[in-house]
Amino acid sequence: MPPLKHFGEGLLRGLKITARHLGRKWITVQYPEQKLTMSRRVRGTDIIWDRESCISCRACERACPVGAIKMEVSRGEDKKLKTDDITVDLGLCIFCGLCIESCPTGVSIYIGYNYANTTYRCTHCATDKSGTSPSNGHCGELIRSNDELLPNDAVRPRSGYYRPERAGELPPQTLLVYQTTYGEDRRRKKESR
Amino acid sequence: MDWLHFAVFTLILFAFVISGVLFFIWYERRGLGRFQMRPGPNRAGPFGLLQPVADAIKVLLKEDIVPTLADKPVHFLAPLVAFVPAMAVFAVIPFGDGALLADLNIGILYIMAISSVIVIGIFMAGWGSSNKYSLLGAMRTIAQEVSYEIPLVLSILGAVMLAGSLSLNDIVKAQDVPFVLLQPLGFLIYMTAALAEINRTPFDLLEADSEIVAGFQTEYSGMKFGLFYLTEYAEALSVSAIASTLFLGGWSGPAFLPGFAWLIIKIIAVFTFIIWVRATFPRLRIDQVMSFCWKFLLPLALINLVVTAVLVLSGLNDSPWIAIPFNLLLAAVLIVGLSRQFRTGGGHAST
Ligand code: SF4
Ligand code: SF4
Repeated sequence: MPPLKHFGEGLLRGLKITARHLGRKWITVQYPEQKLTMSRRVRGTDIIWDRESCISCRACERACPVGAIKMEVSRGEDKKLKTDDITVDLGLCIFCGLCIESCPTGVSIYIGYNYANTTYRCTHCATDKSGTSPSNGHCGELIRSNDELLPNDAVRPRSGYYRPERAGELPPQTLLVYQTTYGEDRRRKKESR
Repeated sequence: MDWLHFAVFTLILFAFVISGVLFFIWYERRGLGRFQMRPGPNRAGPFGLLQPVADAIKVLLKEDIVPTLADKPVHFLAPLVAFVPAMAVFAVIPFGDGALLADLNIGILYIMAISSVIVIGIFMAGWGSSNKYSLLGAMRTIAQEVSYEIPLVLSILGAVMLAGSLSLNDIVKAQDVPFVLLQPLGFLIYMTAALAEINRTPFDLLEADSEIVAGFQTEYSGMKFGLFYLTEYAEALSVSAIASTLFLGGWSGPAFLPGFAWLIIKIIAVFTFIIWVRATFPRLRIDQVMSFCWKFLLPLALINLVVTAVLVLSGLNDSPWIAIPFNLLLAAVLIVGLSRQFRTGGGHAST
């Protein structure tokens, strides 16, 4: 007589697994209110450029191994270089960080790790000619909202990858496998007490 | 005062079914969320309770699009043909001793007859849309529902034989012991076949979104789509109600709660099981669905029918302390025995 299986025990096993999932905590977060901690090893999600400090030397454009950065630079009336336009093709960017290393000012271009890479139509901010966004004043294009554009290097959020000395203080990567059932939670709490 | 009874009870039934459907939509989405470790809808109102209302408003405000090539009268009538029977089923469900719209002495037969009409509505929808996906879904439904009707009826017959009546009210009154204990196999067969009848996962072939867009609903929008949606949940509600009435004792229960409260509790319990099944099983292929019905469920239902007849005639079922273990054992033996004969060639194939 063959072993007693294949009577639909797979169905029962499946039901058991889903029933066990019932007691588990949510693995999703309520996005605008809650955010998952970004991994301390994340290399970035966005290239952010700062018009105020940039000296339009084009070093970043030359340094980029994939040619993701395109700049248009002209000499203004006061013989100073100024950036007319800069675009970073994030589809090409490999987040290697070479543009950052090459930047002589050290703070003009950097990799941000924004949660939301929102873009706006330029027409939405037609009145805002003094803003710091790339492509400002060039209508019809998508421009980026760089909410991380902070002048101070110390408070500017960067991922731990670029600040190895601080990486240890950053919260650890949120790994979903850490999620447990309520029962397991209570048991673990009791054991640790 | 017959007409008064009818008018008032019809209103009550409408209110019950509509609010039940709204609750079920919310309950299913929240429940599925919990099974999948996510919160489910939780933005509209406390606990997302207003989500079905928001959905309903959205559906009502949508444009009603009719395809150019559609068979217009059929396309228009299909949601109604599907919805009315789903509603009419509730006429014979007892909410308390004698508290039902019409105490037909052929209640269960009436349910079977009426609920088969829903298939026609679905096929009309598939045909009238003149869309290949709609028609594919509708064809699958016909094949599936006509087949599953047979084990469904056979499984119900067990309960009918035990009660000796076709009236649902009498069947409830006959249950000193809930029939699920005397008819465990019948209950399982009924639940499986009913899931196929109302096209729920794992038998949701007619609207298999990953294969045929949305099946028969593809070309429906606005209120007509809303009616189909309503039909789907009204059917789920009716199946839960029938299962609770036939096998779980219906409105009977300890006296500290009124009868309809017991019925509602049982309906929710059965529906929870349906959600559980939906959260667990993947969809079957159409050939698997058909062979499962004809090669597995039908013989099982027939054997169950014969065995129940013998048990009723021999009077063994009158002494529950012998009958319950015996029936449970019998169900286990029959399921194991028959599944040794049944191979779909799926993951377990060892030909
Ligand atoms: S991070 Fe690397 S690839 Fe991306 S823009 Fe800078 S240099 Fe180019
Ligand atoms: S390297 Fe720095 S300073 Fe030079 S153009 Fe690029 S961002 Fe500006």
